[in-house]
Amino acid sequence: MTAPMDVPGDAVQAEPEAVLAGMGKAIEGRSLRQIAWLRLKRDKVAMVGGIVVVLLVVAAAAAFVLDRVFGVIPTTTFNQSLIDPELQIPKGFFGGLSAEHPLGVEPVNGRDLLARIFAGSWVSLLIAFLSTVVSVVIGTVMGVVAGFFGGWVDTLISRLMDVFLAFPLLLFSLALAGVVPDNAFGLSGDALRIALLIFIIGFFNWSYIGRIIRGQTLSLREREFVDAARSLGARAPHILFRELLPNLAAPILVYSTLLIPTNVLFESALSFLGVGVRPPTPTWGGMLSDATQYYQIDPEFMLVPGLAIFITVLAFNLFGDGLRDALDPRAR
Amino acid sequence: MAAVAVASALAVGLTACGGGASSSSSSGAATYNAASGGKVVNASDTKGGTLRMANSGDWDSLDPADMYYGYEWNFARLTGRSLLMFASAPGQAGTKLVPDLATSLGQSSDDGKTWTYKLRSGVKFEDGSTVTSKDLKYAVERSLDKTVFPDGPTYFNDFLDLQGYTTPYSDPSPDKLGLKAIETPDDSTIVFHLKTAYSGFDYFAALPSTMPVQQAKDTGADYKKHVVSTGPYKFSENNLSKNFTLVRNDQWDPKTDPNRKPLPDQITVQLNVNADDIDSRLMAGDLDVDIAGTGVQAAAQGKILANPQQKANADNPVSDRLWYTNINGDVAPLDNIHCRNAIEYAADKTSYQAAYGGPTGGDIATHLLPPVTQGSENFDPFPSPNNAGDDAKAKQELQACGQPNGFSTNISYRAERPKEKNTAEALQQSLAKVGIKLTIKPFPQSDYFKLYAGKPDYAKNNGLGMMISGWQGDWTDGFGFLKQIVDSRVIHASGGNTNLTVKDPEVDALIDKASNTADNDARNKAWVDVDKKVMSDAYILPGIFAKALLYRPTNLTNVFVNDAYGMYDYLALGVKK
Repeated sequence: MTAPMDVPGDAVQAEPEAVLAGMGKAIEGRSLRQIAWLRLKRDKVAMVGGIVVVLLVVAAAAAFVLDRVFGVIPTTTFNQSLIDPELQIPKGFFGGLSAEHPLGVEPVNGRDLLARIFAGSWVSLLIAFLSTVVSVVIGTVMGVVAGFFGGWVDTLISRLMDVFLAFPLLLFSLALAGVVPDNAFGLSGDALRIALLIFIIGFFNWSYIGRIIRGQTLSLREREFVDAARSLGARAPHILFRELLPNLAAPILVYSTLLIPTNVLFESALSFLGVGVRPPTPTWGGMLSDATQYYQIDPEFMLVPGLAIFITVLAFNLFGDGLRDALDPRAR
Repeated sequence: MAAVAVASALAVGLTACGGGASSSSSSGAATYNAASGGKVVNASDTKGGTLRMANSGDWDSLDPADMYYGYEWNFARLTGRSLLMFASAPGQAGTKLVPDLATSLGQSSDDGKTWTYKLRSGVKFEDGSTVTSKDLKYAVERSLDKTVFPDGPTYFNDFLDLQGYTTPYSDPSPDKLGLKAIETPDDSTIVFHLKTAYSGFDYFAALPSTMPVQQAKDTGADYKKHVVSTGPYKFSENNLSKNFTLVRNDQWDPKTDPNRKPLPDQITVQLNVNADDIDSRLMAGDLDVDIAGTGVQAAAQGKILANPQQKANADNPVSDRLWYTNINGDVAPLDNIHCRNAIEYAADKTSYQAAYGGPTGGDIATHLLPPVTQGSENFDPFPSPNNAGDDAKAKQELQACGQPNGFSTNISYRAERPKEKNTAEALQQSLAKVGIKLTIKPFPQSDYFKLYAGKPDYAKNNGLGMMISGWQGDWTDGFGFLKQIVDSRVIHASGGNTNLTVKDPEVDALIDKASNTADNDARNKAWVDVDKKVMSDAYILPGIFAKALLYRPTNLTNVFVNDAYGMYDYLALGVKK
């Protein structure tokens, strides 16, 4: 990748289709942002992914308000009349589908699956988003510092990244989540568990993005505009934040989008292993974990949280891929 | 604390009443529950074939001094002979003690503080040497060493008059038989001296730790690699944690053993097999027995119950296991009995039952002693319509407790157990109806009793007002079931407790009275009094008397459930060739 922002002319040349598309009308200059948006709009797959992402975020926000603020989602209401007393699985077609329970109900206690999936969405997405923010902030700072200063600073940070990359993350998170008490850091209950998951997932994932940013910084700092700023007497902070960082916006954005689905999966894995948020608060991973006992006799129970995770991860990945193509002037 | 989940009955039995089953029991065709309740399926005395067993986990240890699971005690009878054993007989008859190495039940003297047994002559180890009372004394001595053998029961440690004796491995006497509490006046007599009188000592004499061990062959913790057999089978191959194979022991003489009629020529056991895989193989006929005896997994249960043909090959016996929830009087406001009563009334037992798989998973319990326990009486101190909870009564109790709007507390469970999670959620639901708010706290199973629920100051400081637990009796009398879960004197501040909350001196006094009652019926009655007293204290919310759904492949012969173990009697099983 190059640093296109300081050479907008290059970018237009690198995009003959955009130029062609503009033919017939008065040719006008376009900013890089406009070009990226134009390319993104033309990528149907990415747009579908993007729309799904927006819908998911809206739904999760609504679920948070309805569940946590108003407490109106019936996530814990038992409907034992809907359960076959002998087999302990839902009566009726495919996991108890009905107008009242469009996604069916859970085995054993008959809780509504739609309500639990809906209420579980905010937990999964909140953890995925915030842990991504943590990773990206740490990764960017470390990457820029390592790449820009070089020398022993680079060596130190790079080895630190190696250590984090080699870390048995899953084992460590299992251990950590197991030993943290019920009240810590002024938090308790679900809030503490969620904060803990955000910390674990975010703090141990920064080295991936850190390496990418370091590489970008290494190539950027040799560029003419940086030399120019330096010869004009700019100090390191100015160069870092005003010259380098804006040029790193594209990779940061792209890798954040691709990190979110990874984190959704990781959160699900932790909940699946029982170290996530505690019952009865629903999470997708936790529901999937519950479903493993019943998948042979009530497959619908496993299908619902499985599909929710699948759709979310797929949508973020498609959108992230599209965004990368749109922001990369050399991609085609 | 393996014991909590599992400890169960003893192990040596044999197909009582010669001829397997035909003489004593009706031998039914394969229908649902045909092998439980005292009946036998495919009664047979045809020898030969290979019996294939599998275990989703692994033994504590194959060493008879170091095992505490019911299935291990059941299985140990194939390779070892203890002083006494539970009869290998269908149903309730299996809970009866019969002499095995001994010639009769114990003779007590000194008001129940001294117990004497005479040994049968002609019993041999697999190497041909004769079993003497010294081998038996040595076996009990080594079982006292809980650093080498941490998993076995501690009854001999607790009851023998040890006078400071700890282990034969640091015993200065040359024959390593320095323990004064056991005397061996001659090779066929063994005498036990107790600290305090105990009328049920015969149950201790049936523990696997009384299976004789030769001092010369003892390798301490490594003895499990090659346990020297005294029973009808011996180990021919033993790959720890993977598999082992038993073949006939040619030194076992049926003339010395009226209790065993071994049918298969060979028994193979695979360890650490996926539990769902075991179920599929049982149903496909590739495997004969799921050795854990705790029943099939949820998936297989659904398939079996939904298919009449499969269902006909299943049994659903009651075991002497109770799933229950402790109520912690150390945590306010549960120090007030009325608040505890409110929980007892408000709890919806039908959802408790659903959490364990519905009626197939167990019967609703309203008191502690399981119905298979000798002398158990059914009573319900906190009745409610359809067992679904009595909210009006619960609210009255809350008034009396001074918490008319309810209160908040925590409920703990073992994180690895989905059924306990379901229970916690079910109780949270049913108690919320009367304003009692529960916060659910899972803890890792391995440390549940050591560090959390079983550690009194942790439970108190962290406000664990309710703690989900379960218990299976070591044997089917009141002592075997209640002693470890309601006697306040077994609670240690250091943790590892199995009695989590019952602290009542009156209960302790009733336990002592029951332990020292010599007459059987009177003793059983005394244990019912203990049950009633604990229930009136409301320290325990009983949930479910567990039932297991066992699958018996058509290939198996001579199949019956022995009530002493609540599972198939492994000593009696045979296979069609």
